[in-house]
Amino acid sequence: MSLVNFTTREITCKIVYYGPGRSGKTTNLHYIYGRVPETRRGRMVSLATQTDRTLFFDFLPIDLGQISGFSTRFQLYTVPGQVYYNATRRLVLQGADGVVFVGDSQARQLDENIESLQNLQSNLLEHGVDVRTLPLIMQYNKQDLPRELILTHPELDDALNFRSVPSFPADALHGTGVFETLKAVSELVLKKLATGSPAA
Amino acid sequence: MTSALNPRFSFETFVVGSANRLAVTAGRTVAENPGSAYNPLFIYSGSGLGKTHVLMAIGHAAKTIAAQLNIEYLTLDEYVEAFHAAIAAGQGDAFRRRFQNVDVLLVDDVQFLTNRKEMQAELLRLTEALQQSGHQIVLASDRPPAEIADLDERLISRFSGGLVVDMGIPDYETRVAILRRKAEERGTSFQPGVLETVAKVEYPNVRELMGALNRLIAFQAVNESPMNAEAASKVLGIPTAASATAAASSVAAPSVASSDEFSQFLTDVTVTVGKAVEAWRARVTEAVLRWEGEGYRTARLEKLLDQETPAAVDDAIAAYVQDVERLKALEAEVAVLDPQAAGEKVFRDPDQMDEAEAAAAKVRDGAAPPPGPSAAFPFESYVAGPSNEVALNAARDAIGKPGKKYNPLVIVGRSGLGKTHLLNAIGLELAKKKNAVVACLSTQAFVDELIAAIDGNRVDWWRARYRRATALLLDDIHLLAGKERTQEELFNLFNQLVDADRQLVFTAPAHPNTLEGLEERIVSRLEGGLVAELAEPDKELRRSVLERLLTQQRIPMEPALLDYLADRPIDSVRSLTGVVQRVVEAAAAQDAPVTAGLARDVLEGAPPPGARRTAGLRTSGIVVSSAGGVRSREKMVWDWPASSDRVIEDLR
Repeated sequence: MSLVNFTTREITCKIVYYGPGRSGKTTNLHYIYGRVPETRRGRMVSLATQTDRTLFFDFLPIDLGQISGFSTRFQLYTVPGQVYYNATRRLVLQGADGVVFVGDSQARQLDENIESLQNLQSNLLEHGVDVRTLPLIMQYNKQDLPRELILTHPELDDALNFRSVPSFPADALHGTGVFETLKAVSELVLKKLATGSPAA
Repeated sequence: MTSALNPRFSFETFVVGSANRLAVTAGRTVAENPGSAYNPLFIYSGSGLGKTHVLMAIGHAAKTIAAQLNIEYLTLDEYVEAFHAAIAAGQGDAFRRRFQNVDVLLVDDVQFLTNRKEMQAELLRLTEALQQSGHQIVLASDRPPAEIADLDERLISRFSGGLVVDMGIPDYETRVAILRRKAEERGTSFQPGVLETVAKVEYPNVRELMGALNRLIAFQAVNESPMNAEAASKVLGIPTAASATAAASSVAAPSVASSDEFSQFLTDVTVTVGKAVEAWRARVTEAVLRWEGEGYRTARLEKLLDQETPAAVDDAIAAYVQDVERLKALEAEVAVLDPQAAGEKVFRDPDQMDEAEAAAAKVRDGAAPPPGPSAAFPFESYVAGPSNEVALNAARDAIGKPGKKYNPLVIVGRSGLGKTHLLNAIGLELAKKKNAVVACLSTQAFVDELIAAIDGNRVDWWRARYRRATALLLDDIHLLAGKERTQEELFNLFNQLVDADRQLVFTAPAHPNTLEGLEERIVSRLEGGLVAELAEPDKELRRSVLERLLTQQRIPMEPALLDYLADRPIDSVRSLTGVVQRVVEAAAAQDAPVTAGLARDVLEGAPPPGARRTAGLRTSGIVVSSAGGVRSREKMVWDWPASSDRVIEDLR
């Protein structure tokens, strides 16, 4: 659960990467993991099957160090995208401060994206969270694929981003858009913490 | 003579990054509205960063929008060449005319104007002519106008008068985008990471970047297998540090950029966190500024800012605001009672709430209501008769509709006719009303209070005290004579009270306009209400008064006694009271009943020496209860005559 703790002067943000299977959530985390200096990152916990698919979830703690006197930590999670792991998804989603929806830009994956978005909304509702109040970022991954296979950023925005949240085209494999996404979700989360925190 | 526009150089093929966005935007604007937006448009940048591309793109875009436009692109050297050729052929005027008819003139490399005075003059003339006829001129240079050596001041100012934009070295992302675009244009594709590796090298311009790309394309073309990032680094001879990293592994390859990415992210988060968690500081500071602005001490809030760990900042601010509100309430309350006290610092320091409360309590205690009417003069005991009928009716009206009917009501009459009684009686009746604060006192007491207030520097308090009054009744208003300050204060008070429909009642021994020493403004105001006269008591009234007096003294009312006393030529109620008193005392001294005979003896025979008056009656003819507290003015000397006028008796 996220926290701005004024007594211990800690900020902890839980950010969940959500999205359909094979959309590149874990790839996002891997890219970030590769870019964070060793001293700043914890062990990336990834329970994956042999075919590299997230079976349980990934967890990447990042220590941003002292910021404005607060020891700031980000905890990045991914959920398993496969439809049948909904219980795990719901569990991981619990207490999330922000969600990155990693969509698959491939045209043929559009239905999966929509299904996953609906699943996100209903899982949040189960936790009593209104998706409208939660910091949410859309990332359209795999924009590096041949153009004939994918939908463009505006097309995906039209199809998926009906709440008009910030959205980013990305190529998580090569890192394009990964940090932009993380930065955007962090900003939303931190701004919300500032306004919603009981002590602040 | 002039170059044709290269079709490859259009806006569509130009990769826009933060370093060149302004130039491109300006270029597009100019192309859309030649001659009207920025004229001239001056683009400068280091070599190979896209000046020529933008210049030509402007030409293309303008032509696309309006095909009829006459568009000329040329470098300065071409311009110079053409000029010289024209001069040599004696066609100088034709040359000028030709360029003056160009709708969009694009001149590249104008930095070569250095040391060409005659060309500068020519270009100045051309620029002026084009501007005047609303034709667009766009210039490109490798340096800003002011840095072109030996350039005519007039040209510098003319160039600077339009828009001067620069184009910088593209950043990493732009470089990647340029490489991808160019590779795509060439129909080549590279393995992931290759172009990023190239882009990491900060080539000073795009031309060199293109050169690197060309080499990669060439190398890839001759090799069977696609080139990877490592090989690309080798081909391009990327410096050892980068190549070492690149050689380590393809995953770790982008570590230069990656740490950048992370530190950039960290910087962004730091800023956001700073704004977020330090928001409380902003709120505290805001509160400090606000309340400081309103004149309150903010030490308590400032202390919060010193703290590292502010617990419940909002609660602290809320508590502070609450205290300030309380102070405001106290101050407002005090301001009514004593405006001077309201200005005290203690009401501006929320850290001294107790002191403020104490100060307010003190003011509250000190703010005794102004002196009220004496209970010794009830309205019921005021004896009515034909001689005081008018005054009495006016008094009833004043009581019934205070401030509405007769305001002020001035009761005039000689001494002893019951003015004081009537005044106090009105006061008593008015005081019965809800929330009434009736100030009823002698004018002398009013003057004395003011003097004491001036002495104690509490005039504001004194004023406030009377301004709160719902009715002001002053006895013997003629005593204001010569008291200038009091008259002024009364004047102001009078106006305020009348404006607020508060009843004013005054008594005077004679009609106000006959009173001496009163300022005209006071007199006119007294006259403005109703001046009701109390006449000498008629026989009927005297009889009524006698009956009351005798009843009060429990003396049997013999008709003969009543008749005798009532028939005596007495001109005031007070004298009548004195007469009755003398008779009653004489009877008491002789231990005889009060009869008409005794009264005749007492009043017409020699009165027994020393028995005329008793101590209890010294001050007035009125029988006054000791609790009544009414002082008689008759024995007091307010205005001493000059010493020469005084009779001084030598005692031997």
